[in-house]
Amino acid sequence: MIDLVAFIPRAIQQGIPLMYGSCGETITEKSGNLNLGIPGVMYVGGISGVIGSFFYEQSCAGKGMNGALAIMIPLACSLLGSLLMGLLYSFLTVSLRANQNVTGLAMTTFGIGFGNFFGGSLIKISGADVPSIALSATSGYFSRSLPFAGSLGWFGKIFLSYGFLAYTAVVISLLTAYVFKHTRMGLHLRSVGESPATADAAGINVTKYKYVATCIGCMIAGLGGLYYVMDYACGVWSNDAFGDRGWLAIALVIFTIWKPDIGILSSVLFGGLYILYLYLPTGMDHMELKELYKMLPYIVTLIVLIITSMRNKREDQPPQSLGTNYFREER
Amino acid sequence: MTEKTQKEPLFHVVKRDTVSRRKEWTIRAVAIISALILCSGIIAMFTGDNPVEIYRSIFLGAFGSERKTWITLQNISVLLIISLALTPAFKMQFWNIGGEGQVLIGGLASAACMICFGEKLPNGMVILLMVITSVAAGAVWALIPAVLKARWNTNETLSTLMMNYIAIQLTAYYIIVWEVPKGSGKIGIINQNTAVGWLPNVGNKYLLPIIVAVIVTAFIYIYQKYTKHGFEIAVVGESRNTALYAGIKVERVIVRTMLLSGAICGLAGLLLVGGINHTVTTTIVDSQGFTGVMVSWLAKFNPIAMIATSFLIVFMDRGASEISTAFGLNQSFADILTGILLFFIIGCEFFIRYRISFRTGKEKH
Repeated sequence: MIDLVAFIPRAIQQGIPLMYGSCGETITEKSGNLNLGIPGVMYVGGISGVIGSFFYEQSCAGKGMNGALAIMIPLACSLLGSLLMGLLYSFLTVSLRANQNVTGLAMTTFGIGFGNFFGGSLIKISGADVPSIALSATSGYFSRSLPFAGSLGWFGKIFLSYGFLAYTAVVISLLTAYVFKHTRMGLHLRSVGESPATADAAGINVTKYKYVATCIGCMIAGLGGLYYVMDYACGVWSNDAFGDRGWLAIALVIFTIWKPDIGILSSVLFGGLYILYLYLPTGMDHMELKELYKMLPYIVTLIVLIITSMRNKREDQPPQSLGTNYFREER
Repeated sequence: MTEKTQKEPLFHVVKRDTVSRRKEWTIRAVAIISALILCSGIIAMFTGDNPVEIYRSIFLGAFGSERKTWITLQNISVLLIISLALTPAFKMQFWNIGGEGQVLIGGLASAACMICFGEKLPNGMVILLMVITSVAAGAVWALIPAVLKARWNTNETLSTLMMNYIAIQLTAYYIIVWEVPKGSGKIGIINQNTAVGWLPNVGNKYLLPIIVAVIVTAFIYIYQKYTKHGFEIAVVGESRNTALYAGIKVERVIVRTMLLSGAICGLAGLLLVGGINHTVTTTIVDSQGFTGVMVSWLAKFNPIAMIATSFLIVFMDRGASEISTAFGLNQSFADILTGILLFFIIGCEFFIRYRISFRTGKEKH
């Protein structure tokens, strides 16, 4: 039997980057932009934070670090990095009306290259004499959990044993769901995604909404990369370690039928599927089965994708104008 | 209206009616050259070398010796075949980003034939089986998303993406099943002593993929331009409703085109495993399924122009990896440069389709 008290926290830790990624992508998609650059954005968000904290740790080597600065510097760098990626995507697709799929894929190529390049060459470029990038001090600040979590037994372990970025993810998801459903801004955003021409006629600034939604979406997704490096990976950047989580985050958007509040639980579910292979029994002479178990998240996504398209319910459909650009004079 | 309309914006965007071929290519050339200048600036920043020297090393990286030239040509051919495979599907607005998986599963099928029949059947039979199974495997991998799309309008971008990972995990599974020696986690060169299932050398060992690429280019060019199938694809891509009205069976076109797409991807997998690497790994396709999407789109789905775009990408890639080796930088440097190049080309399409006219004093109120 699987040890749930050990399993659930790990599933949640795996799920948090997906939660950030899918929440960010949902916001972007609600404005009608299908941003396939999210995997790249998450890499950029992660590495920007690493670069920021690397230089901060270098600058106060030996001396004491300021806790607030140790958190604020990587956070600001990460947000800035992913904001720039978001601006790039919006500029190309909204202002220059480039094809969204191609722009997104190019951003993924660029972003993953950017992450791996700086991850691999940062030490050489900066001329520091450390063997590898291990930001354990910064990571210590990021993954600090509530002090009394350890004393609460299984409850503390399952609910209170995470760094602050994990709770931020949940808060952001809930907030996004609220904004979508209950505010005028959310209504406008949804209308831009459904029918930009109608929104435009109603006096909504389509360009502004698309820009802002894409940039905010990218910044949130970038935080997923930051969480992964600083909290989950204990501040150690290794190339390609983040893997395909960015693509899974995009798939999760469909899984959650564009609802960030559903995204919270389904991210954890996906996180669980992602690491389930560690817990399923294989026996010593059938290690190859683990590779088949790793297929689970993708197969589940595919099945959900098929089921939602078969049921074809109106409220479960993607934003009508998803993937197409809007140009007022081309209606 | 209100005062808001009083102020004319600084510029506005007008759609061009027609663009001369010459102007179109001038704009593209300007974009590529400015991207290259920016790239050399970035390289200079990291290496401290002067830009002219950098271009020399990029060029030497791709064409420095006879061997390097052949490898560059071979890489161009493989990328070109994958891009060509994806093209008919894109032309009907079917976003197949599953090239990665379709190529990989084709390669896996070839490897399976090499391993399972290597000692039982004569070489010719093994190669024949490899061709059949890899093409069929690629086709099946593309067929699944196509049928889903045709029947239930399932989002093809995501279903093909998921099929990629299923293919990767399936390959990972078989790699462990077949690993040599046990516990190493890789297969190694298959049939190293007997060379059973290695595709024959034509002239030299680099020429076969190049010949296949030429044939596939010609085939896709003719298929798209001069056949009924090609016409139907174009109509479906332009407007589904028009296609329905004209009596074209859209579902059938989708399934048929994807079968072709997947079959050619499977062929690319066969070349990678049987002709070039003689082994299979999960990263053997090296993201070319994604790069192919961009190659195809940049060439506006024109097979002949695709030769140029795939050349550009491979040239930059090999050049950049030469530089990163020389200066001890990370190999991902090439991806950054490719990304920058792509952004410029993607951006410049705007200036081909639209014209910006600036505010002139005359029209002021």
